[in-house]
Amino acid sequence: MRILVVEDDPILSDGLRTGLSLTGATVDAVETCEEADAAIAASRYSAVVLDIMLPDGSGLDLLRKLRRRRDATPVLLLTARDSIGDKVSGLDSGADDYLAKPFDLDELAARLRAIVRREGGRAAPMLVHGSIVLSPADLAATVDGRSIRLSRREFAILTALMERPGQVRSRAELEERLYGWQEDIESNAVEVHIHNLRAKIGKDAIQTIRGVGYRMGAAL
Amino acid sequence: MKSLRLRLFATLLAATGIVWLTAVVWIYVGSRGEVEQVLDTRLQEAARMVASLASGFESLPGKSAPAAIAQLGSYERQLSCQIWSLDGRMVAKSSGAPDQQLSSASSGFSDRTIDGETWRVFTVEDAGHNLRVMVGDRLSLRERLVADLIKGLMLPALLIAPLLGAAIWASVGQGLRPLRRMAQDLGDREPDDMRHVQADQAPIEVRPLANALNGLLSRVEAARRHEREVTAFAAHELRTPLAGLKTQAQVAMAAEDPKVVRGALEQIVAAVDRSTRLVRQLLTIAKLDADAADAPRSTVAVGPILAEIVADTPKHDGTVITIDASVREMVLDTNADCLQLALRNLHENAVQHTRDGRIVWAATPNSLSVEDEGPGIPSDELDKLGNRFFRGRLRSPIGSGLGLAIVKLALAKIDAEVTISNRTGCRGARSELTFPVRT
Repeated sequence: MRILVVEDDPILSDGLRTGLSLTGATVDAVETCEEADAAIAASRYSAVVLDIMLPDGSGLDLLRKLRRRRDATPVLLLTARDSIGDKVSGLDSGADDYLAKPFDLDELAARLRAIVRREGGRAAPMLVHGSIVLSPADLAATVDGRSIRLSRREFAILTALMERPGQVRSRAELEERLYGWQEDIESNAVEVHIHNLRAKIGKDAIQTIRGVGYRMGAAL
Repeated sequence: MKSLRLRLFATLLAATGIVWLTAVVWIYVGSRGEVEQVLDTRLQEAARMVASLASGFESLPGKSAPAAIAQLGSYERQLSCQIWSLDGRMVAKSSGAPDQQLSSASSGFSDRTIDGETWRVFTVEDAGHNLRVMVGDRLSLRERLVADLIKGLMLPALLIAPLLGAAIWASVGQGLRPLRRMAQDLGDREPDDMRHVQADQAPIEVRPLANALNGLLSRVEAARRHEREVTAFAAHELRTPLAGLKTQAQVAMAAEDPKVVRGALEQIVAAVDRSTRLVRQLLTIAKLDADAADAPRSTVAVGPILAEIVADTPKHDGTVITIDASVREMVLDTNADCLQLALRNLHENAVQHTRDGRIVWAATPNSLSVEDEGPGIPSDELDKLGNRFFRGRLRSPIGSGLGLAIVKLALAKIDAEVTISNRTGCRGARSELTFPVRT
């Protein structure tokens, strides 16, 4: 999951970045509507965590702008106002979910997983492909009922591939899912992670399509 | 009278009544004169006619020939006639005429009261025939005639009066309908419906009222919007640090990497520091709000106070702070605590917004100013400065939106004012404090 956090309070923003990273997400953080607008236009995010009161305007206005240009990126609103009217206007502006400050980090992460899952057209919380089962909530993976330990990035790559098992994912796409702006991307990082994944879940579990990218192998 | 409708109704009714009464009096007076003239003429003609008839007889009928005279009696109801000889004998009279002589005048008009009744009499003297003819009628009869005439005029008017009253009542009601409609429109509204009433469609007389009402609605709406904004800003500024604290605490609990845990704990400490400052500012505001009385004054040297503030406030390395010599000489008759609060918050603002550049404090005898080289203030935000919890687009990360509110409150206590503007000709903002001129 690649998440964009739009929050101008430095401490809360830092907390969200670190906290969501711990749940396996890749997080970028910006402080203003303008920066958020540019970031969303430039990269694909699984979801956006959007504060309503931002220095250069209302997060609701940004949200309406996104929806007007048919950007369907799931958005979770963070706000200090928690009256019914505020919630209704937030959701009616195109938000997928709504949390009032102060909130619980685990609840935020769970709600993000839920809106991302729904965006992908799935209702079940688990990703299943043949004998491989992923549980994004606790970053747990099993093969044939056997639990395997995956690193955060291995888990992210496998999740990306299993979300649409028949579809080929390019290396660039996978890198975008793995790394935020601040992180340096090592040139062969994706290859290394794929190699390690194959060692853990089976050699044929992931296919390489030369010159294009990767996809899941036949379900076993 | 409380009811406009009743008032208009009464006024219109009274006016109509007065016009009517005037008309009646006029007609009464006019008619009476007319009637008197007509009847006098009749008396005159009748007397002459009788005189000419009587002179036609060579010798008058006998002293007692009432039968012949009685022929003339068809006038008895209105006119009475007497014929006297010049030596004072009654020659003849119409039936119903009194026996007493109708007039003592030898000729012309005269009035006489006989048996309690006043007669109007015309006398014609015919010396040739030794006759005096008197024709008279009763004044009461004349009065009745005029009264009948007036009655004839008044009766239809009195019958019409209720109809007229009803018509006036209905028209007044009709005329007041726009007011009623406006009242109904306002009465039916939800409490937060601040739409303007339609002044341009109201009658001209009601328009000033509608305009005044719209003005009031606008002001109430603005006040409510301001209140809502302050509440929203306050909620944001108070809850965001709490959200930061909670999130960082949860990160510290969930993270296994000691570096991450330590980072989170450091953020918690920073968040508590910021919250402490916020609480201190809130308490300052509460205290300034609560103290209604003017702060006690004394002679205060500005230089040392400002120097202490500058020394206390951490600044960016690239910032140079200059206190002009004019400030060191400045002495005010004011409250030191309030002055210090205002100066401290203004200085903190200048320092927070200036990363690299100069901050200059300078004074004139009645004013003190600070200029920074920060980003300045967007012009559309200038009039919102000092609103509680308002933080502009170019906010500093550690501000709370309360500093300028405190400055304004503190200065109000010492009758001073602050004007904040963008510097002309260069980057940065300028705050100027003006103090009351000592008398």
